[in-house]
Amino acid sequence: MLLQFDKDGIYCEQAGIYIDPWKPVDKAIITHAHSDHARWGSKSYLAHHDSKGILKYRLGQDINLETLDYNELITINGVKISLHPAGHIVGSAQVRLEYKGEIWVVSGDYKVMPDGITVPFESVPCHHFITESTFGLPIYNFPEADALNTDLKNWCLKNQAAGKSSVVIGYSLGKAQRILNCIDDLQIPIILHGAIYNTNEALGLTNERYIRYAAGIKKSLNEPVIVVAPPSAIGSSWLRQFDPYELGVCSGWMQLRGARRRRNADMGFIMSDHADWTGLNKAVLATGAENIYVTHGYKSIYAKWLTRQYGLNAVTVDTLFEGEALEQQDAETTQEEEASA
Amino acid sequence: MKTFSDLYYELDATTKTNPKVEALTNYFLNTKPEDSIWAIALLVGNRPKRPIKTSDLKLWSAALANVSEWLFDDSYSVVGDLAETITLLINSKSGNVSEVSLNELMREFEGFSKLSDEEKKERVLEYWKKLSTKELYIFNKLITGAFRVGVSKLLVFKALAKAYNIDEKVIAHRFIGNWKPTNTLLTDLLKEDEFSDSTSRPYPFCLAYALDFELPELGDITEWQIERKYDGIRGQIIVRHKQVFVWSRGEELLTEKFPEFEELIEFLPDGTVIDGEILPIVEGEIKSFNQMQKRTTRKALTKKILQDIPLKMVCYDLLEKDGKDLRDLPLEERRRLLEEIITHSKAFNSSLVLAPLLTCDKWDNLNELRNQAKSVGCEGLMLKRKDSNYETGRKRGKWWKWKVDPYSIDAVLIYAQSGHGRRANLFTDYTFAVWDGDVLVPFTKAYSGLTDKEIFEVDAWVKKNTIEKFGPVRSVTPKLVFEIAFEGINESPRHKSGIALRFPRISRWRKDKILSEANTKQDLLNLLHANT
Repeated sequence: MLLQFDKDGIYCEQAGIYIDPWKPVDKAIITHAHSDHARWGSKSYLAHHDSKGILKYRLGQDINLETLDYNELITINGVKISLHPAGHIVGSAQVRLEYKGEIWVVSGDYKVMPDGITVPFESVPCHHFITESTFGLPIYNFPEADALNTDLKNWCLKNQAAGKSSVVIGYSLGKAQRILNCIDDLQIPIILHGAIYNTNEALGLTNERYIRYAAGIKKSLNEPVIVVAPPSAIGSSWLRQFDPYELGVCSGWMQLRGARRRRNADMGFIMSDHADWTGLNKAVLATGAENIYVTHGYKSIYAKWLTRQYGLNAVTVDTLFEGEALEQQDAETTQEEEASA
Repeated sequence: MKTFSDLYYELDATTKTNPKVEALTNYFLNTKPEDSIWAIALLVGNRPKRPIKTSDLKLWSAALANVSEWLFDDSYSVVGDLAETITLLINSKSGNVSEVSLNELMREFEGFSKLSDEEKKERVLEYWKKLSTKELYIFNKLITGAFRVGVSKLLVFKALAKAYNIDEKVIAHRFIGNWKPTNTLLTDLLKEDEFSDSTSRPYPFCLAYALDFELPELGDITEWQIERKYDGIRGQIIVRHKQVFVWSRGEELLTEKFPEFEELIEFLPDGTVIDGEILPIVEGEIKSFNQMQKRTTRKALTKKILQDIPLKMVCYDLLEKDGKDLRDLPLEERRRLLEEIITHSKAFNSSLVLAPLLTCDKWDNLNELRNQAKSVGCEGLMLKRKDSNYETGRKRGKWWKWKVDPYSIDAVLIYAQSGHGRRANLFTDYTFAVWDGDVLVPFTKAYSGLTDKEIFEVDAWVKKNTIEKFGPVRSVTPKLVFEIAFEGINESPRHKSGIALRFPRISRWRKDKILSEANTKQDLLNLLHANT
């Protein structure tokens, strides 16, 4: 076996390299910069070019980081390694490893549906495919980006017309950029929560229209605004200053009524950076792989489905990846966000 | 169907009363009466039975979604709601709006019983394929017989009153009882003359809120009538046109369950309506609620059970006398008339007793009276303003209930299961245990009492501390201690622990207590024996 799952992460012994390790290691390939995949403390990192700024921002400016383009091949001790678009967030990559004709693909987190800003997912043929299963149930079928963007825009405009601000909640890395891409051309002032402003800066996505949150900013504007904030803002007293406002939450979990209601969201937008049911099945089948390793999510159910429905050799693997967290104490709610609020 | 579905989403989108009433009023103003009557029935919970077996719906939708049965079940357990699961699985891409009206749809459902399974399936699949996602959810709610939305009857009546310009109280009265949308015309129900000849119709019950502030804020104690709060079946006894009717607060006609009250045809004047509590009373002593349940759940009323558990009504209000509605008279006056009627009746102290009035000279002494409640088989006290009229439904201000503090016990969380609806996907249904020697024995489940924040916290803890999974149930490391409050405790051979609690709920999370400090089975037994 070219790859194995050990206590520190997904390990390739031949190349002496880990993929998204959850403990500090010598060499780590990072699929993307979310905190459950890109962890602190390893001696050297390898990732996609576009992850550079954000990885340094999150893990430290002094990390030893080498970056690659998609489809650029490197060889370590006979193992051919390349990165391929995962369509999850900016700079997210699937890792392809080939040794003596055996091909493995570690997909990290991915989504198949194009979101308009991330390099779209590309299917990579392989023998062994490691897939997530965050939304691995047939009840999850996400709307396409166009329809979603129209809904989000109309909602903001409707709130504005009613004299209310719109608070839009999404992860600071990934969702926030999609949200901004959607609402950029509305004639409404856009206030960014500190964590999101910083993330955008690290990504090099600055825009003079974005106002970094500062105390008293809402008052000085004296008109309805759009606030983009991370999930940790839900239910916080910080939000009160934007009254009157409507709360919109962007998450794949918004597909479920219960999740929507629990969060007291006025509106749930089914926006996810993970593959939905159709996407997962499409991606798995397109690889042509016979061996599927199902990680974080509804993994036992999804592995059972792949085995029974498609006759694949699908097994579950325990990892420390979290996917899209369902509740407020999500993967991204870090002190960093609290501090910059 | 489209307008009803829109109404649902409007009602569902807000928790505020005024927008709800407004949405309802607009609906009634712009909807044909034959559709409105169904909407009213569905909104006030007078909904028809589900026209199709759940297992059929499951089978058909799984097939339509190209999903195997086990996967349907797994999905259902995550969603926690059958109608929603089916809706999500079908994943409608249809943007069409249906043309079927609510009345047509509901009548079609009524006719389903005459169709073959194959025909039913064909009809349902046709709807599933053509309805848009929003309507599909409502359709599935209706066909699974689980339609519910967050409006109270009172709000519906308020909106009807506004839409039709009729007094709210009159509306409430007309819609009480067992009318059926299939054979009731809205216009008839709203007509004045239709109103008078409904012999059996009860009045909407006046309900009290729990006292949630300090007693002295109620003002002068002499302006209040103090009664015991009983733990039986709240009911109305109606004698009209030489017939007796007994209604429960749940608006069920229970006359046949209570043959004791037949004699009232002779013993009460025509045109009398009494409000009170039906209770098992033997030689002046109120028996436990358990006894009452034994009596009311029994299908055949044998001579023996009638003899063993005789029921009486403890009367505390008079709503109608000589056919005249007394609800606007002050309570003091109604009470005087009630006493007059009861004490002059031959049923006095046989099937009817008068609720005693308690006297107390100052608020400070009232707690003592309240605490006597359990020893006389009661739940606490009722405080009613002497000048109060008889309101429709639950209103704040004139009537208050003040219950004795519940029992409580500290118990250990040992099993968790995910909830339904709003709590789907979260571990919210817990089983608790107490110590029996060095073993933890489960004795109750409890579903409510924690704040949302605590629920998230326990949920995350459960996920990290699971020992074993049994289907949807997880056993967890015994560690967390919770205070469980409950209203009563009884022996129960059906439960492993041998006891059954009434209304158990979590009163707080005892983060300050460690495992070994939880209560014991003996503590529970002591409560049980103190009680009986």
